[in-house]
This record gives sequence, structure tokens and C-alpha cells, in this order.
Amino acid sequence: MAETGFWSGYALPFLLILGYILAIVVPLLISVAFVTYFERKIFGLMQIRKGPNVVGPFGLLQPFADGLKMLMKETIVPAGANRNLFLLAPIITFTLGMIGWAVIPFDEHLVLADINVGILYLFAISSLGVYGIIIAGWASNSKYAFLGALRSAAQMVSYEVSIGFVLVTVLLCAGSLNLSEIVLAQTELWYFIPLAPMFIIFFISALAETNRTPFDLPEAEGELVAGYQVEYSSLAFTLFMLGEYANILLMSGLCVILFLGGWLAPFDIEPFTWLPGIVWFFLKTAVVMFLFTWTRATFPRYRYDQLMRLGWKVFLPISLAWVVITAGALHVFGWMP
Amino acid sequence: MIVEQITFYIFAVITVISGVLVIGSRNPVHSVLFLILAFFNSAGLFVLMGAEFIAMILIIVYVGAVAVLFLFVVMMLHIDFSKLRAGFTRYLPIGCVVGIILLVELILVLTTGTVDFNIPKNVISQIPNPEAISNTEALGNLLYTQYAYLFQIAGFILLIAMVGAIVLTHKKRNEVKKQKISDQVNRDPNTAVTLHKIETKEGGTWKSD
Amino acid sequence: MSLVTNSVRSWFLTELASGMSIIFKHMFHNKATLNYPYEKGAISSRFRGEHALRRYANGEERCIACKLCEAVCPALAITIEAEPRDDGSRRTTRYDIDMLKCIYCGFCQEACPVDAIVEGPNFEFAAETREELYYNKEKLLANGDRWEKEIAENLSREAAYR
Repeated sequence: MAETGFWSGYALPFLLILGYILAIVVPLLISVAFVTYFERKIFGLMQIRKGPNVVGPFGLLQPFADGLKMLMKETIVPAGANRNLFLLAPIITFTLGMIGWAVIPFDEHLVLADINVGILYLFAISSLGVYGIIIAGWASNSKYAFLGALRSAAQMVSYEVSIGFVLVTVLLCAGSLNLSEIVLAQTELWYFIPLAPMFIIFFISALAETNRTPFDLPEAEGELVAGYQVEYSSLAFTLFMLGEYANILLMSGLCVILFLGGWLAPFDIEPFTWLPGIVWFFLKTAVVMFLFTWTRATFPRYRYDQLMRLGWKVFLPISLAWVVITAGALHVFGWMP
Repeated sequence: MIVEQITFYIFAVITVISGVLVIGSRNPVHSVLFLILAFFNSAGLFVLMGAEFIAMILIIVYVGAVAVLFLFVVMMLHIDFSKLRAGFTRYLPIGCVVGIILLVELILVLTTGTVDFNIPKNVISQIPNPEAISNTEALGNLLYTQYAYLFQIAGFILLIAMVGAIVLTHKKRNEVKKQKISDQVNRDPNTAVTLHKIETKEGGTWKSD
Repeated sequence: MSLVTNSVRSWFLTELASGMSIIFKHMFHNKATLNYPYEKGAISSRFRGEHALRRYANGEERCIACKLCEAVCPALAITIEAEPRDDGSRRTTRYDIDMLKCIYCGFCQEACPVDAIVEGPNFEFAAETREELYYNKEKLLANGDRWEKEIAENLSREAAYR
């Protein structure tokens, strides 16, 4: 092996990777800010209200005003709280919301880490998400926070099972664990058509996984005040918020990659292929994000036992059956990739 | 190369330290959290070895599911530590004896040469070329062909364990009212409510048919 | 038959779809809310807002210090002190309303025999300190001068019912 200097061997690649990471994280944080704005705006419209319209043109600067307000609040650590874990929890949530994006292919070859087991990596990251919440709930030393954390942990573990089976179905069809190859396998047909029930199950499980309405029991305002976030203020709360929304965006992105053909244009003909793949990816993610918001505006909260019933008694058997059906169909018709 | 070595040492050192702290920390919740840290760093070590599939499965299964349940149990239990520590000195001699016996056995096994540290030839021949085949595929090829029966048996053992756990904990209670979703969904509004004309002063004697 | 339709409905999530379509249609409805500081809702002529002390057209203050409002005020928000003026007419030397105590019941304007104390149409008098909301006679008279047009119109509109 040729001896490489410190600069060209280590420092330059390091800086390059740092640059890539910033090129993902900074737009991500900005889009998280605007996602909160558009979410509020869409809620407003759906509830026959105007929504934020004061700060900046059409209220577009509202998220930054919110952020500034959050920063100026006092950071409070409750006296009975476990200080280190209390401050660690939002950091975990935030970090997990960010690092999932490392394997997301925005376009062909436009991915930070094109690893073999990309989808397992994402699954692992989303299964870690529960720790931020459960640690927050325990470290707060508060009943509400603890109850919220327990609910959330049980909920996320339950719905991960059905998400796992949905992933298995997609993997069977694509024949690869690499996200780019999964997208390329959909060149002919996006998977949401042949795997429509799985798409719906994945979408609903993603709602539960990211603690969104109608499955937002961990932060049910009515009974638990705000669940695991109840003791948090200022920057810690902001980190929770950012991590949560980054996670929702990540789930939307994953949904697009698995079922909606990632960066591929809907039809492989002239006017559609003019737009670059990354634009298609963002457009599709925005559509799924809108679906998330739409469901949140429409449905009331589930009761906890119904939530568990849905996860274990409905989604688990259906997704398991669909895995078997898909595997059988692929084998019988010889479609196995 | 040096980056890999540094990463290896970072992961290894954190794994060992957190492993020690699992036993050493006074708070059981901290113990579980250190256990999770140890799992996490071992996953990192697997990635360094090129076994990314096992690394991810380790995180998904152990960190994502098993450790969550550990954490659940430990958080919910109110463990009285003074009670637990009360018998410490009394059991210390027995503990020491057991520990020394285990240590001696380990030394005996390792020094008498019964364990061959050179990997047998037949194992080496099975290791596929990592350039040609990803380790997910290699694992699948091995698990579903050569070890298919063992794999199935492992699955059955887990299934039996699950069924056993459910049978042990699940008891049918008749006094509890249960929600039957299908009944509620299939309820017909036309037959749910009936209207009856009841004559004045006949209400007390009226019976529905 | 209903079992079939019901199971089809629950398996294909038609209820959820119809609920979502209703919400989607709501996006294009006319907005029920007003853009408040720039748009305001209509106010009744009986609206009971910020208090004002009125004057006659010649500039003479109406209040004759009969203290009926002070007596009727259920929140004890009004304090009046009176003395004969140099020209011999009975006038207040002090007319204070503690707007923090006031419950805006409108008894004072009902009790007033000369329509001196009235509750005007103004509801935007929030202040940053409590002291700013202890109104004295000058403030009330200034309010009267400021809102006289609206108050007079409201009073004439309601005259038939009083």
C-alpha cells in the first residue's frame, strides 16, 4: 500500500464527508422548520381557519420566530430528575432523526453511505428511537412523563413488528437490502400498486412509529398533558421537536423509497424526465408528508387497548399472510429476482 | 488502516468499560443503559469485521426489542437496594469459592491445549469471498440450505416459548366486558332501535316481545 | 348481505377514506376566521366595552355626581367624590373606575339618569401594567370625547328599548 500523507489520506476525506453531512443536515433542518409551518397551514385550511399568516409573507417566517422563542426560554431541569439522562434523551432523539438520512438515496448515486444493508440500518435506527422517549420519561421523574414513555415504548415495539414484515415483502420483491437497488427494482412498476395493502399497513405503522395522530398516545394532551415532553423546555424541547419531525420526514422518505419509486419519474417519457430525480424524490416525500398531516387533521386519537389490538391482532396477521402470499407468488410465477 | 485500528480500539474500549459498568453501577436503569451501550459498540465491532448484517440484526433485536423490555421491567420494579445488599458479606465466601472454581476451570481448559485455536480447514472452506457475495446472501445460503433443519427447530423452540408464555399469563375472565369490534361494526342502525306505541297508564305492564 | 357490505367496508377502509375526503373538501371552504387586527367582527349597538364619561354638546360634563352608579356597581369598581363647583352646580371631583374589578355588567349605564357614564364599543384597551387600568375622571372624559360619535349613535339606536 502506498504511503499517503496526512492531508490527502485522512484530513481531506474527513472534511469531504463533513461537507456531505452538512449538505444533508442543513437542508433537512430547514425543511423540518418549513414542515412545521406547512403542517400548521394545512391544519388551518382543513379546519376552515387561516393558519399562520403574520410573520413574514404568508407567515413563512413563522417557524423561525417559533425557534427564536424556544431558544429564549429558560432551560429547566426538575429537581428530582436524573440530570445527565434528562439532558441525554433529547440529544438521542435528535441524533437518531438525523443519522437515518445517511443511507437515503436522493437520486441515483446521490447518497452519503450506499451500504449493503441500508434498509436494516434504517430499521435499526427507527427501533432505537424509542430510547430517547423512554429515557426522557424515566429521567423526568414525573408520573405523566413516565406513563407517556411506557405507552410509547410498547407502541413502538409493537408496530415495529408489522413494519418489519412490510420491509420483508418489499425485500422479497426487490431482492436487495440496498435502498438504491430497491428503487431501481421499481423502474417497471412502483410497489404501491402490487403491494397496496402493505403500503397502507406501512403508512399506518409509520404513523404509530412516529407517535403521530391517531396514535399520539404518548403525548396525549388530554390525559398525559404532553407525555414524555412534559418536563422539557427551551432547547431540549426544540431538539425533541426537531428530532420528531426529522423522523417523520425520514419515514415519508422511506415510504417513497419502498413503495413510490424513490427518485424515479412517474412515467419514463419526455415531460416527466425533464425534472431531475432529486426533485421527484422531494415532491413524493412532500406528498406523503401531506398524507401524514391529512390523517392528523382527520382522525381522533385511538384508545390504548385498540391501538394494541390493531398492531398485534390485525396488522401482524395480515402482514405475515401477505409475506407468505408474496413469497409464494414470486416463487410460483418465477418472478423471484 | 490506522483509522480502522483507532475505531476498533474506541469501540472495544467502550464495550469493555460499559460491560464493567453494567455490573458496577448502583442504579439498575443505568446498568441496562450501559448494557445497551455495550450492544451498540459490539455492533460497531461487527461492522468493522465486515459483518454488517449481524451488526444490524444485533441492534434491531437486542437493542431495539430485548433491551427495551429489560428497561421496561427495571423501570417499573421498585428494587430495594439496601435489602439486596444486606446479605452481601454473608454470601461473599460462597461467591468467592464459586468464582475461584470457575477461574481454575477456565485456566485448565485454556492451558492444557484441549481448545484448538487454529480454525479447522472445513470451516475455512465455507467462508465465501466477501468481494463476490454480500454477507447477507452468504448467511442466507448457509442458513436455509445446510442448517435449514436447525434453523426451523430454533424457530419452533421460540414459538413454543411464546405459546407457553401466553398460556401461562393469559386467563379468561368472564366478569370482564370485552369490546367486540366486529359486533360493533356489524350493528345495523335499523334494527338497533325499535319504536313502540304504548298506551297511557300501560307503561308499567308493557313487555318487549 | 349486510355482513358482506360491512366486511367490504371495513377491509377497504371506506369509512376512513370518506372521512378524509370530507376534510379535504374543507380545505377549499371559505374561512370561518377573521384576520383579526386587520379585520374585525361586527359589534352590537348594545356592546358593553370600555367606559366613557360623556359631555353635553356645549362641552359641559353630564355627570351630576348622584352616585347611583357607585351604589349599583356589583364589583365596587367605581369611586366617586363630589363637591359643589364654583358656579354652585354639583359635580364630581373624583370619578375612578378600577377596570380590573369591573365585570362589564352595564348596571352603571342603566342607573345613570343623564346618560353620563356609558360603556362604549371599544374593547381594545389592554395595558401592560395594572396602574394603567385604574381609570380616573380625565381618562374617562377623554374616552367620552374620543368615542362620542359611536356612543351617541348606539344610544339613539337603543333609545326605543330603554
